[in-house]
Amino acid sequence: MIANLDKSARLVGTTDVIVIGAGHAGLAASYCLSEQSIDHVVLERGEIANSWRKERWDSLKLLTPNWQSRLPGFSYAGDDPDGFMSMPEVVDFIEDYARHARAPVRTMTAVTAVRRHRDGYRVVTEKGEWQARAVIMASGACNKASVPGIANMIPGAVSQLTPHQYRGPQSVRPGGVLVVGASATGLQLADELQRAGHEVTIAAGEHVRIPRSYRGHDIQFWMDRTGIMNERYDEMDDLVRARGLPSPQLVGSHEPGMLDLNYLAKGGARIVGRLMGINNGVAQFSGSLRNVCALADLKMNRLLDAIDQWVLGNSILCEAPERFDATQVDKSPALVLKLDGGSIRTIIWATGFRPDYSWLEVPVLDGKGRLRHDGGVVASPGLYALGLPMMRRRKSSFIHGIEDDVRDIVGHLSRFLGQTSTRSAA
Amino acid sequence: MSEVNATVNNGVNVEALLGAREALTEAPQAAQFVWRAESEWQGGTHTRSNIEGFFGLGEEQSHVRQFNYDTDHPEIFASEDNGSTPVEFILVGLAGCLTAGIASVAQNRGIQLNSVKATLEAPMDIQGILGIDGDVRNGFDSITVRYTIDADASDDDIAALIAQSQKRSAVFDIITNPTNVHVEVSK
Repeated sequence: MIANLDKSARLVGTTDVIVIGAGHAGLAASYCLSEQSIDHVVLERGEIANSWRKERWDSLKLLTPNWQSRLPGFSYAGDDPDGFMSMPEVVDFIEDYARHARAPVRTMTAVTAVRRHRDGYRVVTEKGEWQARAVIMASGACNKASVPGIANMIPGAVSQLTPHQYRGPQSVRPGGVLVVGASATGLQLADELQRAGHEVTIAAGEHVRIPRSYRGHDIQFWMDRTGIMNERYDEMDDLVRARGLPSPQLVGSHEPGMLDLNYLAKGGARIVGRLMGINNGVAQFSGSLRNVCALADLKMNRLLDAIDQWVLGNSILCEAPERFDATQVDKSPALVLKLDGGSIRTIIWATGFRPDYSWLEVPVLDGKGRLRHDGGVVASPGLYALGLPMMRRRKSSFIHGIEDDVRDIVGHLSRFLGQTSTRSAA
Repeated sequence: MSEVNATVNNGVNVEALLGAREALTEAPQAAQFVWRAESEWQGGTHTRSNIEGFFGLGEEQSHVRQFNYDTDHPEIFASEDNGSTPVEFILVGLAGCLTAGIASVAQNRGIQLNSVKATLEAPMDIQGILGIDGDVRNGFDSITVRYTIDADASDDDIAALIAQSQKRSAVFDIITNPTNVHVEVSK
């Protein structure tokens, strides 16, 4: 750190707004700031769309269909509206957008500290310091894999991987795999590893089960049309719970129709309850599997009911309603599993992600390390967030969801600059 | 929400529970409770346990009076059967916890309950506790709870009540998930 001081102590620039991160959220912010002629710079630790290049497994595809990929002033222009973008395609899409937005991006410029300074913020990077009146943190919601503390009780003979370390089946040595977590990540990796010949056990806590398509339309079509994705953060019954919801069990593909626990079990996977503890090399699973599956089935059916209700009140061409088989749970799912007996060679922690705020030296995190904010307006004047789950709307963390949030946040920021400015922003 | 619930009365003060939830979110230290029981051997396999005080909201609390429970074993175990077996008490705890949860969730969701009955069954191979077969565990093989609920609600709404009560049940959690148990002796 001391060695860095000399290098970074120099002020390289002053601007109104620093945007941290040149992903879809940061670039959308840049586009809207430019629309209002607000002076800004986008700082990017790596290349444009860095997380999509470096922190995603090879086979991952967007969970939203191409027709839905849109950003402020920009939308998908390809010939496969119902397809799903691969990661290289997402990178191309975001790079095209950076050009379209003429975003002032400084790549390979990692932010190492943000602190209050004078009437604004000092943003320290590997390439010098910036002084700004406001900062938009668009650095991603999935920088770090959330791994439970019991990981350090796993016997040494068992390899452990986070989704950031997993690229494909070649990342996993031969033998049985325990996938911990049954959301989109856990199910996709379990499916891929099972196809590659691994014996797969999947530990399932609470999860969100939805079909890829329903009544002849993609589920995202329904979530969009019915207005569910537009539900605002300040209208939700229980925002803390909503923000903690696991990602739905989806895969960016028309096959299988529903990537769920039933599908994996049919392929041979063993389904067990939530991983609760490790005791003398034995994994202990919750006996609540049946209930978490019942909760997910009931929740899915409520969503399908809501769609059916909406169809009744709106004229739309679609197929007849259907209901899916309940999740099949073994009569006696395994409650314990010996980890040092050789049947499990690898554990994959598909237990969620969280943002990295290790560089943030403004006291705006709660006791659990979460950012304290009101719809992206952080409790420090001029500090904003973008791209967090359910930040202002149910769609906040989706590519198509960023526009409404960005316009709200840039609107707030613009008023903030106007109030604190001694010079004209126009 | 209170308008919707105006005609529903399951005898649960949901406003107080929601108020407590809000207050304890702000003051998490007040949410730290300690539950207690005291017990004394009565001879044979008969034990009497007393419940009265507990700790919560930052101070010592007390039930309105002391509650006493006898545990023993039935006569086929050559015992005097002064009370239910301890394992049956686990079922008592589970039934009490889940049913209280159902009533609370129903009140919150505006569902009038007319009757809530449960039958609990827990098979157990007593070769475990008798030490006959080391591969047999001491405890239940499993627990099955069967509810019969008469309520002004659809089947799916009732299923959701039951699911939600399991999700928020302390006893369900204690039974389904491991807990460190410390048994010590003082002179």
